[in-house]
Amino acid sequence: MKKEDTMLKTQNLYYRIGKKLILNGINTEFNPGEFNMILGPNGSGKSSFLKIFSGEINKYEGTVFYGQEKIVHLKKEELAKHRAVMSQQPELSFPLMVEEVVMMGRYPHFSFNPNKKDEDICNEVMDRMNLASFKERNYLTLSGGEKQRVQYARVLAQVWEKPAIGCRYLFLDEPLTSLDINYQQEFLQIAREFTKADTVMVAVMHDINLAIQYADKLFFLKEGELVAHGKPKDILSEELIKKVFNVSVTIINNPVTNNPLVVYGSG
Amino acid sequence: MLIAVLLFAIAFGAVSILPSEMFSSLKHFFEGKDPANIYEGVFIQLRLPRVLLCAITGAILAVSGVLMQGLFRNPIVEPGLVGTSAGAALGASIVFVMAPNFSPAFKSFTGPLLVPLVAFAGALMATYIVYALAKSAKRVSIMSLLLIGIAVNAVCLSGTGFMSYIARDPQARSITFWNLGTFSGASWQQVFIVGTVASIIFIFSLRYSKQLNTLLLGEEEAGYLGVDADKLKMRIMLLNTAMVSVATAFVGVISFMGLIVPHVLRLLIGSDNKKLLPASMIAGALLLVLADMCARLILAPAEVPIGIITSLVGAPVFIILLKRFNVVNEKGGYHA
Repeated sequence: MKKEDTMLKTQNLYYRIGKKLILNGINTEFNPGEFNMILGPNGSGKSSFLKIFSGEINKYEGTVFYGQEKIVHLKKEELAKHRAVMSQQPELSFPLMVEEVVMMGRYPHFSFNPNKKDEDICNEVMDRMNLASFKERNYLTLSGGEKQRVQYARVLAQVWEKPAIGCRYLFLDEPLTSLDINYQQEFLQIAREFTKADTVMVAVMHDINLAIQYADKLFFLKEGELVAHGKPKDILSEELIKKVFNVSVTIINNPVTNNPLVVYGSG
Repeated sequence: MLIAVLLFAIAFGAVSILPSEMFSSLKHFFEGKDPANIYEGVFIQLRLPRVLLCAITGAILAVSGVLMQGLFRNPIVEPGLVGTSAGAALGASIVFVMAPNFSPAFKSFTGPLLVPLVAFAGALMATYIVYALAKSAKRVSIMSLLLIGIAVNAVCLSGTGFMSYIARDPQARSITFWNLGTFSGASWQQVFIVGTVASIIFIFSLRYSKQLNTLLLGEEEAGYLGVDADKLKMRIMLLNTAMVSVATAFVGVISFMGLIVPHVLRLLIGSDNKKLLPASMIAGALLLVLADMCARLILAPAEVPIGIITSLVGAPVFIILLKRFNVVNEKGGYHA
């Protein structure tokens, strides 16, 4: 299957809230098999961008393509079978057990009762996320990081199987906020495994060095514009970070990974 | 259990009925004969339709509570919140006070259904006004629905208040009774109408239970799971309004049922709407039949309005549950 048939593409995206311009003409392509990460300061339009190509926001100018198909021509329930989104801090309004929350990820795949396969997938995901002993816990009594793991499990369960044709789309909005460093690595590891198996993966990130470690491509947003994008090694520079975040940094070579390492402050 | 309670409720009342009489009455009924004695008559004409109407209404109120609380993602919501009950009450009180001035043609057309019809219209109208005002740019936000619901409720309440003010004494009493709910006028016709509406809507609610679950995560997440939240909200509002309007139109305002039943059940079986909806049908029916039995027996042969029982018993039970299970945490969250 050709890359053009599966990649996620945005064409001339403009988005306004009132008179304020949030996104100012964004043209990008996100390829399957690559871990794409979006970075940028607060209010640079990262989350709006993600919500537009996820299908949540629909009042914008421009076009979003899933492969050759325009997003406006895709049905919500069809899209939900192979596109999953993890947004910032989802909360539950009433108590549910952990396994019930994870099962919601399978909702797009069955009509009333889950079948054996849905149950197997949920168990597999919960095992992978070390949630097996949490299954019957009340979600509302969990800690912030535990909640995030449950939500991640739900989102992964939604697109757990590789589709017969085409690929999966997985979008993560700041997935690491309440996690300890162990789970941060674990999360990104799982995400990378997904990416390699026919997935278009896009994550909004804050930690530059984690992004460098895991991303195949970085996308820097500032004031609604795409300032730079490409492989970390190709585009990273002290000037770029200064320009995007207004922070002085020094970039050195990470002796362990041989990747660039961003150190705050300049000598 | 439900059947046992139903039988109990049928048996006891101002006139007690023996099981053998129930049986022979049913036999005569199906054979097309008239009831053989007064007990059989009471059973088939009064007690049985009353208990059935009561069970259906209880189920409607409880299911409606589940739907509304799920939709608003808020545990304090009760079915009346979007104006339905208050609108019905206003409609009914207008009939009680103004009926002598209505044209005879209209009255002969509606017959005994005059109060229910106008109450039903009032319920629909009030709910529609809430919905229309809360709607902006094709989306209906939950918060504005809640706030406008409160405002419209207040207007309807003052309208009802005004009606009782200008009413003569017996009319004012009718208004008061209606606002407390009663099943004393139950008939087979009512059972048939309310029952049909209820069974259709229950089937639809069950079909939406999965989608309603996704709303627990919020509208954005529901969308990512393939649910059109705006459409879902509209449909659930519609289902809810239809069934609460019909029930309220016949029996008046019965408070607390829609609030308390879903809460008790969430503590017992959790918040999965697939289990919660059928369970609330049964529990709602059960509790309201019991409440009506109390209403008939406490001051027998006189009757206490059922709304007094549901509130008087419901409120303390509710508070005990909240305290015992420590359901409301300091952040205003909700856990069992």
